[in-house]
Amino acid sequence: MDCVTTGGNVKVLAKAIHSLSKIGEELYLEPVEDGLTLRAVNSSRSAFACFLLSPLFFQRYQAPSDHAFRCKMPIKSMQAVFRSLSSLERSVEKCRIELNSEKNRLTVTLHCKHGLLKTHNLSFQDCESLQAVFDKENCANVLRAQPRLWVDTVLHFPPSLEEVNVSVNGERVWLRNHLEDDADPSRAMMTELCLSAEEFDHFAVRSESNITFCLKELRGLLVFAESSGLPVSMHFDEPGSPVVLSVSDSVLDANFVLATLSEDAHQRNHNNNKADRREAQPAADDFMSDDMDSYLIAMEASDLPGDLPGPSHESVPPVPQSSTNHRARLPSEEEEEEEEEQVNQPPNKKFCSLFFGSVLPASSQLTNQTIQGQEVLASDSDNEKQEE
Amino acid sequence: MKFRAKINDVGCLNHFTRVVNTITKLTKTCVLRLTVDNMYFVLSGKVANGGVSMWCELLQVNFFEEYQLEGVSADANEICLEVAPENLSRALKTAQNAKSVKIKLTKKHGPCLTLAAELPSLSSINRIVTHDIPVDIIPKRLWHDFKEPTVPDFDVSIYLPPLKTMKSVVDRMKNLSNYLVVEANMNGEMNLKIETDLVSVTTHFKDLGNPPWGDNASQSQSQSRDAEAMAHARVDIRKLQQFLMGQQVNPNKSMCNIVDKRIIHLILLQEDVSLQYFIPAVA
Repeated sequence: MDCVTTGGNVKVLAKAIHSLSKIGEELYLEPVEDGLTLRAVNSSRSAFACFLLSPLFFQRYQAPSDHAFRCKMPIKSMQAVFRSLSSLERSVEKCRIELNSEKNRLTVTLHCKHGLLKTHNLSFQDCESLQAVFDKENCANVLRAQPRLWVDTVLHFPPSLEEVNVSVNGERVWLRNHLEDDADPSRAMMTELCLSAEEFDHFAVRSESNITFCLKELRGLLVFAESSGLPVSMHFDEPGSPVVLSVSDSVLDANFVLATLSEDAHQRNHNNNKADRREAQPAADDFMSDDMDSYLIAMEASDLPGDLPGPSHESVPPVPQSSTNHRARLPSEEEEEEEEEQVNQPPNKKFCSLFFGSVLPASSQLTNQTIQGQEVLASDSDNEKQEE
Repeated sequence: MKFRAKINDVGCLNHFTRVVNTITKLTKTCVLRLTVDNMYFVLSGKVANGGVSMWCELLQVNFFEEYQLEGVSADANEICLEVAPENLSRALKTAQNAKSVKIKLTKKHGPCLTLAAELPSLSSINRIVTHDIPVDIIPKRLWHDFKEPTVPDFDVSIYLPPLKTMKSVVDRMKNLSNYLVVEANMNGEMNLKIETDLVSVTTHFKDLGNPPWGDNASQSQSQSRDAEAMAHARVDIRKLQQFLMGQQVNPNKSMCNIVDKRIIHLILLQEDVSLQYFIPAVA
């Protein structure tokens, strides 16, 4: 394997790595025919990011002939190579990444001004391919905006905020801070930002919905998007299915797939009956947890994708019937819902782990334990090294 | 009880934000008193604060274009709330370039101060950001704790040196000792002193001037006082440092009243806002 990046693309590569470091601690690197993929996943498997740098991104791109090279390494070691972004810009002319099979090292060489050569020999581990299952194209809702809009939006929330809730209807989108289950709503400061569809480059909402995901990971993508100036798209469906944030141009494609909170936790937090709100708040779904389980099981039964990067196609199970009902429900029914919610059982918070091709039980605690024992993979149908 | 106020002017908004930021640096929680003419941030001296108390008074009309208040009752036309100023700061921080900011008393999961800012946007429809800040309503029977403090019978009253200078002196002294002595006389001289087993350091300020206090009883007391005689109070240095650290409002006048061995009373005055801060002396 031999890839050479020059000029401004060195900084883009560096930014991609820094952005991935916000997701997970290990960098998964895999050169394929379509380009070089750089991936990361977080420890609870609820966030996954993938950068695909096409051969055109590079001055020279040579994938290993057997197409079987995959490795992972601590992301800190790669970050150390690209540490100072400003000095990268000023002094690095060329960056070469090649596989040294004899010494079993990945050699990253920075060709700098004045003939200075910085060579880093990084050790790596072999690994299985890492690919989350997601279907961007079939998501009901797509929003796309310049990174500046997303950055300005995220500014309204404190850096310590873990989770943010996004809800949409045909004309507006609301972002709110999400309270932890055990937080007392009468003691917590609530922030809500309302943006109109006009501020977005593209705003297509086919199904009013309300999702909650981790803000930190969105910030991770914005680190990259802001410097690239490329518009950021957000694809999502109903709570529980992952939200996909992506950035792309002719030579690169980045996807951040984040799990969203499933339904129960929503009703408690986002059914506020705010009398003086001007716009109607979209009503929450009324999925029962039973339906969530069957949804997960249905996903498991569908065909697994191959190990190529990019959106994978799978048969999306039919959307459970209650969602058509909920669309017809209007805010006037909010009061009823509030009463109902008080009677409900305590919310069961679960970030569904992204579906990586193995059966995942619904509760997040269980999931963590199970994952430790399992290797996460979506592998070739003819690869015999499957571990489960 | 009803409260609604609106700021339309960006200068007023920035000024209000700076005042709130100053309060945030001084205390984690305080009482907000709202009357028809004024807004007060009050911290009453309790053991929990180390006896420190604060009184900040804003003339409402200089900040808000619209201001409507309906107090607890007709004869007690004011509202008293307990709030964490940091929440207010955070809410105001993101509204700095807003076209307008509305503050309202509302009820969400509990009583809240709701701040709604209309932000400029890329389209014809403005962005609205709303913050609901939880507050506690203070019942009327407890209001006596939060009355305007009376100016104590001070022994010396003196104008302060520039706060930045004081701050850098105090910052360095903090490394050497936990207690600092503030002393001053009616001759415009002030000293900041620390004394430990190993070292003693004094910073002298001269020609500061003494504020004229009109027909105050204390005035006559201090008039009969020897102009050279120093009144002093030994205070916890961190409290003085905290006061100096957070200052974001540039006062027109800043002064200090000292009651010998009892308390120092710091006063910062500006056109629309005044801040008083009391630090008790320690033995």
